[in-house]
Amino acid sequence: MAIEWYLVLSALLFAVGASGVLLRRSPLVILLCLELMLNAGNLALVAFSRSLGNQEGQVFALVVMVVAACEVVVGLGLIVAMFRRRLPLDVDEIRELRG
Amino acid sequence: MEQVAFFAGAIGALGGALAVVALRNPFYSVLALIVHLISLAGLFLILYAEFIAAAQIVVYGGAVMVLYLFVSAYVGGSEEPIWEAIPGQRLLAPLLAAALFIEVSIAVLGTGLKAIGERGPTLPAGFGSPGSIGELLLERFLVVFEAASMLLLIAAVGAIVLAGRRREAGPGGAGGPGQPGERSGARRDQPSPAPPGTPGSGAEEVAR
Amino acid sequence: MSPTDFAWLVLGFPLLGSLVIALGFRVLPARVAGVIGTTAIALAFASTIGALITLLDQPSDAQQLTDSLWDYASASGLEIRLGILVDPLSVFMCLVVTGVSTLIHLYSVGYMGSDEGYRRFFSYLNFFVFSMLLLVLAGNFIFLIVGWAFVGFASYALISFWYRRHTATKAGMKAFVINVIGDVGMVLAAFFVFRELGTFELLDSFDAARETFSTNQGVVIAICCLLLVGAVAKSAQLPLHTWLPDAMEGPTPVSALIHAATMVTAGVYLIARTFPLFELAPTAADIGAFIGLATLLVAATIALAVVDLKRIIAYSTMSQIGYMVMGVSIGAYAGGLFMLMAHAFFKALLFMAAGSVISAMANNQSIDRMSGFRRALPYTSALLLIGALALAAFPGTSGFFAKDEILGFAANRGGMYWVFAIGGYAGALLTAIYSFRIGFRVVAGEPSDEAREFEQGHMSHGERVDGHPVNPATGEVEDVDVGFPGAEHHVAERSRPMAVAMGALGVLALFGGLIQVPGVDAVLEHFLDPTFESSPLYAIAPSTGDAWLGLAVGGVISAAGIAIAYFFYVARRGSTARLIERLPGLHKFLFHKWYFDELEDALVYRPAIAIGRFASSTFERYVVDGIVAGAAGFVRGAGEVVRGAQSGFVRAYALLLLGGFAALGVYFLVAAS
Repeated sequence: MAIEWYLVLSALLFAVGASGVLLRRSPLVILLCLELMLNAGNLALVAFSRSLGNQEGQVFALVVMVVAACEVVVGLGLIVAMFRRRLPLDVDEIRELRG
Repeated sequence: MEQVAFFAGAIGALGGALAVVALRNPFYSVLALIVHLISLAGLFLILYAEFIAAAQIVVYGGAVMVLYLFVSAYVGGSEEPIWEAIPGQRLLAPLLAAALFIEVSIAVLGTGLKAIGERGPTLPAGFGSPGSIGELLLERFLVVFEAASMLLLIAAVGAIVLAGRRREAGPGGAGGPGQPGERSGARRDQPSPAPPGTPGSGAEEVAR
Repeated sequence: MSPTDFAWLVLGFPLLGSLVIALGFRVLPARVAGVIGTTAIALAFASTIGALITLLDQPSDAQQLTDSLWDYASASGLEIRLGILVDPLSVFMCLVVTGVSTLIHLYSVGYMGSDEGYRRFFSYLNFFVFSMLLLVLAGNFIFLIVGWAFVGFASYALISFWYRRHTATKAGMKAFVINVIGDVGMVLAAFFVFRELGTFELLDSFDAARETFSTNQGVVIAICCLLLVGAVAKSAQLPLHTWLPDAMEGPTPVSALIHAATMVTAGVYLIARTFPLFELAPTAADIGAFIGLATLLVAATIALAVVDLKRIIAYSTMSQIGYMVMGVSIGAYAGGLFMLMAHAFFKALLFMAAGSVISAMANNQSIDRMSGFRRALPYTSALLLIGALALAAFPGTSGFFAKDEILGFAANRGGMYWVFAIGGYAGALLTAIYSFRIGFRVVAGEPSDEAREFEQGHMSHGERVDGHPVNPATGEVEDVDVGFPGAEHHVAERSRPMAVAMGALGVLALFGGLIQVPGVDAVLEHFLDPTFESSPLYAIAPSTGDAWLGLAVGGVISAAGIAIAYFFYVARRGSTARLIERLPGLHKFLFHKWYFDELEDALVYRPAIAIGRFASSTFERYVVDGIVAGAAGFVRGAGEVVRGAQSGFVRAYALLLLGGFAALGVYFLVAAS
C-alpha cells in the first residue's frame, strides 16, 4: 500500500483524538484521547520510516512511547491525588486560574 | 493480502478510537483503547516494525493500559453532565478537528513528494528487528536513550510523590504540593461532607 | 579712561548698590542702606559726568562708541553681545536719570525713614536705576529689551511695595501685564529687524536699514508700529495707559522717579533712538504723533476732574509725555528730549511736594479735603507753586522753553503738522488750568483741619479702627509688619534730606530752560548733533523770530490758563461745584477717565476670564480629561474584552489551541499552493 493511506489514517486518528480531548470532561478520558493522538503520531513516524527505509523513525516512535508512558504516569498520579482530596473529577470544575 | 490486513487494522484502530471518545463509562473507554492499540500494533507489523509492534503491545497495552485500568477502577466512573459549560464547545470541537484532518489530508494527498504515493523501497533483511533497533539505540542515539531513561526515572519519582499519602497535615505538610486545605485519606477526623466527585462539594472546596 | 569705561561704571554702581543692600539686608542698619543706595547713584552720576567729559573730548564725528563685555551668541549669522552704545543721546539720558535719581534717593532717605521696608525699598530703587541705565545704554536690541523688561519688573516691585494692600498688588499686576503687551511688540520688532537686516546691533541696523528699505515699505512700517506698541505701553499713552494712574499706589518717591522722570520716558527715548527707522516709515511716525496728540488732550481733560492729588499729577505726566511722543515722532528730537529733561525736573518736584502735603494730611490724598497750607507748610507750598508754574509753561521756566520748542517745530513743518501745533496749544491751556487747580487748591484758601493742626505744631494722624491704622482711600486695615504709608509723617519742613532734594529740583525747574533759548544758545541741540545729524528733519528749525512768536503765544496761553484757574479756585470758590451740577454728564465722563478702564474690562478682561473659565470647566473636564480618561478607559475596556478569554476552562484553551493549529495549517496550505 502506498504510504499515503497510512498518513491519512494517522491524520484521522489524530483528529478523533483531538475532538475527544475537547469534548470529554473526565480527566481520565481526556488522557486516553491524548494517547490516541500520540499513537497517531507514532503511526505516521513508522510509515515514513518504512517509506524511507530508515530505522530512525522507529527509534523516534520508541522514544515517543517512553514519553507517553511517563506522561500517563504523572497524569494518573494527578487524578489519584484529585480523587484523594475529594475534588470533582471534572476539568470544568477546576477553574481557579482565571482572569 | 496486504490491503486486507491494512483495512482490518485500520477499521479496528478507527473503531477503537471512536469508541474511546463516544463511550460514557470511562472503563469501557479504556477497553476500547486497548483494542485500538492492538490494531495499531498490527499496522506496525505490516510496516516492517516488529520491535515497535511488540513494544506497543507489551509496554503500551500491557503496562500502561493496566495502569489505566487500575486507576479507573479506583476512581470509578461517573456520568458526565449533559449540559455544556463552555458555549460553542460541542459544535466547534468536531468542526475544528475535521478541519485539521482535511488540511492534513490535502497536504498529504496533494504533496509534491512522489515517494508518498509509492509502496516504498525493498527493505533489507533485519529491518525493524530488535537487533538493528538496539544497534541504533546504543550507537547513534545513546544520548537519547539515556535521556529517555532519566525521564522514566523522574516520572516514577513524581508519581510516588503525587500519589503518596501524607503522614502529617499542618506545618510539616504545608510545604507539600497543592493542598487545598483538606487533609488527606485516612487522617480525616470528621466524616466526609459529601461523596467525592460531585460538583457541589467540589465547588465549595474550590471556592474556599 | 574712555567714555565706554565710564559707562560700564555707570551701570556697575547701581547694580552693586542694589546687590549689597539686598544681600546684607539683615545685617545693615536701616540708615546705612539709605546711604549706600544714595551714594551708589551719586557715584553713577559722577561717572556719567566723566563719560560726558571724555565724550566731548572726542572729535564730533567719532562720538558714537560701542563696547562689549561678552559675546552671548556668535554662530551662523546670530551675534548677540553684551554691548553698550555711548553717544550723546545715551549720555544725555544717563545724566537725566542719574541726576534726578540721586535727588530722589536723597528725598527717600527722609520720606521713607520710618517704613518697615526701608532696605527693600532702596534695593529695589537701585535696581530700577540700573535697569533704566541698561535700557538707555544698550547697544543692541536684545540688551534694550532686557533693560525694558527689568524696568517693568522694577516698576511692578515698587508699585506693589506695600504688598499687603489689596489695591497696591492689583495695581502692580495691572502695570506689569500692560507692560508685557509692550514687551511683545518690542520683541517682535527685534525679530523683524533681525530677519530683514541680519543684525541686532542698533547702529549697524540703522545703516543697513537705509540701504535695504525704501520709504514706507510695509516691513519698516510694521517694525515701527511694533516699536510704537512698546513705547505706548511703557510711556502710558492711549490706549495702553490705564496702568499709570493706578501705579500711584506706590510710595511717592517711586511715583516721582519711575512714573514721572524716567521709566515712562523710555518710550520717548526709544522713538528718538530708532529715528532712522521712523524716518523711513513716515506713516508710523505720524501714527505715533497722533497717539501723542490724543493722549495729551484726553489726559488733560481727565486731570480736570479727578480728585486724588497723585492721580491728577499722574494724568499730567501722561499728558506731558504725549507732548514728548508727539515731538519725537514729528522730528523735533532736540525739543522732545529737552522737554524730557525739563519734565523730569518739575514733575519730580511736584511729586515730592505732593508727598510732603499728603504726609501732613495723614495720607489722605483727596484734593477736596486739602486747602490753605501756605502758612502750615511754607517751603512745600512754595516749591509746589514753582513746579506748577513750570508745568503750566509759565514764561521763563524750563517747561516754557521746552514745550514751545516742540510746538514751534510743528508749526514750522507746516501742512498737516499744524494740527499738532494747535492741539498742543489747546492742551497747554488745559495744562495750565489743572496745574493751578492743584496749586491753588492746596495752597490758597482757608486752612483745612490738618493744616491748622500743623500750624499748631503737631501732625494729624489718620483714623484708626480698633487701634489699627486704616487705609484712608479704601478703609482696609493696614499691615504694620510689612509697612504702610504714614507710620510716621515726613514733611519737607522737618526733614533736611527732603528739603535739600526739593530745593535742588526747584532751581532746576526754574532755570533749567535757559540752555535752549532761541537765538541765544542751543546747548542741547549742539550736544545731540552727532546722534541726529543724519536726519533731514533735525536740520529744520524755525527762525528765531518765528520761535519767539511761538513763545509769546505760549506765554499768553499759560497766563490765561492760570487766570482761569484763579477764577475758579480762588476768586469764586465753589463755582466748580456749581459747574459740576450744571454738566453732570460731562463731569461723570471725565471723572471715570473716559471709561477706558470699563472699555478694557469689557473688551479684554471679561473675554479672557470667560475663556479661562470655559477652558477649566468645559475644555479641561471634557476634552482633556476625556482624552486622558478615555485612553485609560479604552485600555481597560480592551483588557476586559481580552479577560473574557481567560475563563479558566482548560477545554476552552485547548479549543483555541486547536483552532490556532487549523488556522496555521490553512496558512501553510495556501502559501504552498
